[in-house]
Amino acid sequence: MKHLLSTRDLDRATAIGILDVALDMAALGTRDVKKLPALRGKTIVNLFYEDSTRTRISFEAAEKRLSADVINFSAKGSSVSKGESLKDTAQTLDAMGIDAVVVRHSSSGAPHLLAHSGWLDVPIVNAGDGTHEHPTQALLDAFTLRESLFGDGARGKGLDGLNIVIVGDILHSRVARSNIWLLATLGANVTVVAPPTLTPPGIATWPVHLTHSLDDALAASPDAVMMLRIQSERMKAAFFPNAREYAKFWGLTAARYRRLGESTIIMHPGPMNRGLEISSEAADSPQSVILKQVTNGVFVRMAVLFTVLTGAKGDVNE
Amino acid sequence: MSSEILITGASLMGESTADILLRDGVIAAVGAKLQAPGAHVIDAQGLIALPGLVDLHTHLREPGFEQSETVLTGSRAAAAGGFTTVFAMANTNPVADNAGVVEQVKRLGDEAGYVSVRPIGAVTVGLAGETLADLGSMATSRAKVSVFSDDGKCVHDSLLMRRAMEYVKSFGGVIAQHAQDPRLTIDAQMNEGEVSSRLGLNGWPAVAEESIIARDVLLAEHIGSRLHICHLSTAGSVDIIRSAKARGVDVTAEVTPHHLLLTEELAENYDARFKVNPPLRTAVDVQALRAAVADGTIDIVATDHAPHPHDTKDCEWDQASFGMVGLESALPIVNTTLVATGLLTWSDVARVLSQAPAQIGSLDGTRTLSVGEVADVVLFDPSTSREWSTDDVVSRSKNTPFTGVTLAGSVVHTIRHGYLTVTEGVVVDEDVVAQAGGFHG
Repeated sequence: MKHLLSTRDLDRATAIGILDVALDMAALGTRDVKKLPALRGKTIVNLFYEDSTRTRISFEAAEKRLSADVINFSAKGSSVSKGESLKDTAQTLDAMGIDAVVVRHSSSGAPHLLAHSGWLDVPIVNAGDGTHEHPTQALLDAFTLRESLFGDGARGKGLDGLNIVIVGDILHSRVARSNIWLLATLGANVTVVAPPTLTPPGIATWPVHLTHSLDDALAASPDAVMMLRIQSERMKAAFFPNAREYAKFWGLTAARYRRLGESTIIMHPGPMNRGLEISSEAADSPQSVILKQVTNGVFVRMAVLFTVLTGAKGDVNE
Repeated sequence: MSSEILITGASLMGESTADILLRDGVIAAVGAKLQAPGAHVIDAQGLIALPGLVDLHTHLREPGFEQSETVLTGSRAAAAGGFTTVFAMANTNPVADNAGVVEQVKRLGDEAGYVSVRPIGAVTVGLAGETLADLGSMATSRAKVSVFSDDGKCVHDSLLMRRAMEYVKSFGGVIAQHAQDPRLTIDAQMNEGEVSSRLGLNGWPAVAEESIIARDVLLAEHIGSRLHICHLSTAGSVDIIRSAKARGVDVTAEVTPHHLLLTEELAENYDARFKVNPPLRTAVDVQALRAAVADGTIDIVATDHAPHPHDTKDCEWDQASFGMVGLESALPIVNTTLVATGLLTWSDVARVLSQAPAQIGSLDGTRTLSVGEVADVVLFDPSTSREWSTDDVVSRSKNTPFTGVTLAGSVVHTIRHGYLTVTEGVVVDEDVVAQAGGFHG
């Protein structure tokens, strides 16, 4: 695969291949010397047009563990307001002879443009674009699900038959989109729980079961529940009345957590709004894998960068 | 250039074959085997003769956005498309909300000489939707404004819309509404539906157009005013117009060529050439719009020619400009989508692209290629077909969405006021046209 732009176009074999490479990267993490020389001499640009601490640091850690040279480029706000277009920036990077770009952008489709507009000819990794996709997040979630549910037997496996519940602001969530496509590709049954105001139009044609009742979805004892971050500006735009009401109907409250069976793992892409979409009881519980997600994020991003830069076979997004 | 043009063997609006003699800016004779020694002869065997096309919805961008288009360059693009009259939208800078600006635009059009430029006046000052612009002064100015529109923005305030529709009755004007509920389309990027959800682009729901049209036809019915609706894009809008017309409401409606051909899936590669307002919709909408032109629910095809510089399209979708150029491709698209499909005859094409828009815009003349009419004629070859490219775009901006699409037919000659503005498919030189326009204008 040359680029990683979305999970929608990722085939099952390639996805499992990345997860298995990530397992190798994880094994490396237990050694004294955590660094691999795999990408020595390669220069990777982290092109971040949107604020992000955890994703950027996760990518940077992955790049450094693979011995790549790392350039961080942060641009607050849009490229247009900054005065240089995405095209000019891309062509500038190309002229500098860099080897790959990890891009986060508030505009949906910006990574697609970088990959397909002929502005530069290097692998592009989507680190989150607008409300479109966040494919490495979905891959690290899948990795964490495999690890939590299959343990040492994870290698080579999909997520066939697992029941996964995704809760919250599906409409604006690139994490939800990438997870929906990847989980379906890996064979999981996906249930989406959201207020109708935060449900994407046309979701009936997506490979998910939609319900507006979190209690019903949790009563079915799913294998995992993923809580999505709710952003405060959604309240001002009247997607729901107020934070208290959101937490009451759509939050993983302490009461809901206590009713949840021990076999359901709890996930969140972070950063969390404690007390809003998730209670501290749930977030800090033994069945929470939220910190494992962070740990695994580095391994999965190492696997993705390794795959796109060393030309591992199977073109994902072409 | 000779002041007489003899067109031989043309198919008059696709019906009878005849010669047409143009003299002193008018149609002097129509009939078989006309003789005119010394006349410039155009062999029009196999060509369809139509009255010069009238575009009720053009953005010429001047004053203020000359990097996109000027009255001159837009006029040339119009001539290339077979147009002899264009109505120029008011969203310039400064806005055409007073007599000074509309007179300037008209004068620039007269000087260029390719088409009659009829400025559209803004409904509200600065297109701000708050206070009425100088409607009467624009109507009685040398620009004789008869169509008023805040196009690009909706006259959203119900009371202001009512007052505007009532007030322009005093001088026979009409309000052309850009139907878009602003609250339902905050940061809207493309048609709302599964595709917008998948691409992560904010949706522009059909109901945001339909609810405004429904309101405005009710207002027009209540106060007994004329109303024109710009660029219908949805099947639901068609239903509302159809039922309003059945009740006798004095409403007219337009559709753009691009909404007759293109659908929302074109956004899938985030190529902003396909970003337009109202957005490309679904195949169901396209079929409903075509059927509505065929049954007369939609009165006219108008281009919404919207030039933009390359840089504002070669960027992230949500930061790109809305709009596409369309003057040059309008007649080939109408041919491809409506004539070749059997939905319209050439006589219908003369109606939707010339007679009806002229009537809505209060232009004189019947536009039936009859003796005594102004000599505005387009000769179209329906037998050719070609893959559209930016080379076919005459406009200063090249933001056509039709690159690579095979379109049927081409404009061969355009004649305005008895002189050629396009000959053998080539736009006539500026100096020649300006001189001819000055002589006859």
